[in-house]
Amino acid sequence: MRFTINGRSYELDPDIRTSLLDLLREHLDLTGSKKGCDHGQCGACTILVNGRRINSCLTLAVMHQDDDITTIEGIGTPENPHPMQQAFVRHDGYQCGYCTPGQICSAVGMLDEVAKGWPSHVTADLGAVELDEAEISERMSGNLCRCSAYPGIVDAIGDVAGAKP
Amino acid sequence: MSEYQMNEKHAGMALDRGVQGVLGQPISRIDGLAKVTGTATYGLEHRIDNLAYGVAITAPIGKGRVTAIDTEAARRMPGVIDIIAGEASIPRETPVFGQKSAHGYDGKVESYGEIVGVAIADCFEAARAAAMAVVVTCVAEPGRFDIRDGEADAESPPEGALLPDTVIGDIDKAMGEAEVTLDVTYTTPPQVHAAMEPHGTIASWEGDRLTIRAPVQIVGGAIPVIAATLGIVAENIRVLTPYIGGGFGGKTMSADIILAAVAAKRTGRTVKVPLSRQQIFHVTYGRSDTIQRVRLGADRAGKLSAVGQDSLVGQKAGASQFFEPVALGAVALYAGANRSFTTRTAQVNLTARGPVRAPGEAVGMIGMECAMDEMAAKLGLDPIAFRKANEPEVDPSTGSPFSSRRLIECYDEGARRFGWADRRKRREGDWLIGHGMATASRVNFLAKSAARVRLGADGRALIETDMTDLGTGTYTILAQVAGESLGLPIGSVDVHLGDSDFPTGAGSGGSFGAASSASSVALACEDVVVELARRMGADPADMTLKDGHAISGNRRVSLAELVGGSPIEGMGTIQPGSTGQAFSQSTHGAHFAEIGVNAVTGEIRVRRMLAVFDCGRVLNHKTARSQAIGGMIWGIGYALHEHAVVDTRTGAYVNRDLAEYHVPTNADVPQIEAYFVEEIDRHANPVGAKGLGEAGISGAAAVVANAIHDACGVRVRDFPITADKLLEGLPPV
Repeated sequence: MRFTINGRSYELDPDIRTSLLDLLREHLDLTGSKKGCDHGQCGACTILVNGRRINSCLTLAVMHQDDDITTIEGIGTPENPHPMQQAFVRHDGYQCGYCTPGQICSAVGMLDEVAKGWPSHVTADLGAVELDEAEISERMSGNLCRCSAYPGIVDAIGDVAGAKP
Repeated sequence: MSEYQMNEKHAGMALDRGVQGVLGQPISRIDGLAKVTGTATYGLEHRIDNLAYGVAITAPIGKGRVTAIDTEAARRMPGVIDIIAGEASIPRETPVFGQKSAHGYDGKVESYGEIVGVAIADCFEAARAAAMAVVVTCVAEPGRFDIRDGEADAESPPEGALLPDTVIGDIDKAMGEAEVTLDVTYTTPPQVHAAMEPHGTIASWEGDRLTIRAPVQIVGGAIPVIAATLGIVAENIRVLTPYIGGGFGGKTMSADIILAAVAAKRTGRTVKVPLSRQQIFHVTYGRSDTIQRVRLGADRAGKLSAVGQDSLVGQKAGASQFFEPVALGAVALYAGANRSFTTRTAQVNLTARGPVRAPGEAVGMIGMECAMDEMAAKLGLDPIAFRKANEPEVDPSTGSPFSSRRLIECYDEGARRFGWADRRKRREGDWLIGHGMATASRVNFLAKSAARVRLGADGRALIETDMTDLGTGTYTILAQVAGESLGLPIGSVDVHLGDSDFPTGAGSGGSFGAASSASSVALACEDVVVELARRMGADPADMTLKDGHAISGNRRVSLAELVGGSPIEGMGTIQPGSTGQAFSQSTHGAHFAEIGVNAVTGEIRVRRMLAVFDCGRVLNHKTARSQAIGGMIWGIGYALHEHAVVDTRTGAYVNRDLAEYHVPTNADVPQIEAYFVEEIDRHANPVGAKGLGEAGISGAAAVVANAIHDACGVRVRDFPITADKLLEGLPPV
């Protein structure tokens, strides 16, 4: 099977039971995507597939032939970090760092959803999505952070997005 | 080698003379880029070729005997290497803090989901399938699945307990004579750590030497337990734990460490054993539920004559002498001549109970601080005024002086920032809006800790200690301590943690990590400074270190030049001493909250939350604030969400995953504020910091509860406070 991960093409023959998350972590040494629950409940494994955020533990690797997959390693590197990664550092939007790659992939995917005008549960005017703290919190609630760095996460995303306080 | 035992207050050192200006600064974490780019290496992420995978096999009963373990089908499955089951080498569960070794399999089951074996295969999927294919047959017996079942023969604290029973005067008589009394019972449910990183281990053997890669909070504490369980010498064990995805007390030890070591030994492979999230609920320890009777008696002016908090908690039979020390925060908090703070521990057939963030205060301060709020209302007093009226001069239970206590300033500063005096209980549409306050108190500890600091020819300092960073900011604060002491910019300090080959640090637990390990680094720097001064031909006290240079008289020499070909090494060790008993030591704080309760649905929204803490010296304002806020958000969880629900027929947790065990999410949490009243507490430790990792949670659930009561008039004493418990008391629709 062919996978495109962070712009690189891979030819692999995964076990049909292997989740996309385990393919990344156990077979490709892309351990930036984290396993927190393995049940799609915590968001630590969030990656972008064809630009959309998904829980990579909830999907099997064999379902992703030819998909364009972006993991945290493809978002930015220590030498060349993405603005969202820099903002998380600046605003201390983490503590232990385990949920952080998922938070950042989720945030990048989420801002794209906002740019497309997709409303959320808290959107007042479905025709005009305005990103504020409530919108960020709502849209980021699929990513648990037990250290509870939520205020820093909201600040970091708001900073990147130029959101209203 | 600089060793200091805290038998008297430390006189100050190079750290205090430092002019680099990095200590305390809100510097971003030096491990930050590694974390945000996914390059930080957590326990199960170390790259090792030719791994085998192990998955735990567990028993599906809460009390009884295993009669058969059928591994035949599992052994025939593709990829399976071996199944080890029903052997004494298999650890039944995680040993709890204080337990010397893990209990080995012996056919008995004393709590739900105990481990009976491990399936080992070439890949994770095959190991998981094999573990599920093993048939474990059991005979269930009646068990004690509720702490009330063990109330009749509940035990008093053992000799040397962290919280011995404290009974002073006659509280019954004082309650009988007091003009205003309150006698209420609060209950809190079982709770779990739910750290985002699951427990898991990679174990490998080279001859007799065992290497463990796993999240371990206190390396020096875990190694003797691993050694005793496996029957090997501690010197042959190396633990590597550079990054830990949250611990909160739950990663002092874990059954998977033993399981992986046993599996690796048997198969001759390096074996990775990840526990599933569901297994973590049952084979690692959690926090006991508590039943707290709180008694307060006062005169009409609000002066307390009786203060009591007497509790029943649970522990798994035979697990450990550890018990949830419910009254730990309250015992030294308020004046009152007649006092009773006791704990009874019921022996039950439930998952073992061990340390979870702020053992004692996290749940004990729910009962005490809600009761104080109730009592203030009975007395017709402002809750801050009531607390101030009972602020003690010395520890009211021991008579010892406080090492530092600026609680009154926390009240005043918090009230000012929150706008306490101008708060207005009101209704906005369907929302009933109220306010509350509560006190935070968390006992302060110091633990033995050692660190090595080496100043190299490149003028860079390297810190080595097996101290850990759970997200607490250890990497960064230790760099700040060395930078301040040695006059180095933060970028010139490297910090290596979490390797048992390094000097043994305090580890992370009980909020002692930062102050203990920072003290050891500051002491190690003393050695380096003395040698630098010798090479400068100066007195250490007359030498200034800044920006990588030593300055003395009219000479300014770079540290690299002073080091030359002979690197300078310092070893620092801090030891707890008599100041730990001579002074009553705690971090204090004051919480404030504004809550909205939906008058129709009972939905609860935290609108504002603010706290001010007295935590000694702040080592990094950015990471300190994050820790404080994180604790406060745990308080939101304890007030509103968290409840590990026990099926009292089987002793199993019914909500054993992160979808059903609710922790606060982003949308549950407003932009929270935390501030500090700083003071260098010289009696506590050489750097003068007090613990902060747990203080934030102390009283944080109570402030939410008190504000809910203010908003809607309903006082819930059975936590968590969920909408269904408010509905009956809400105004008619």
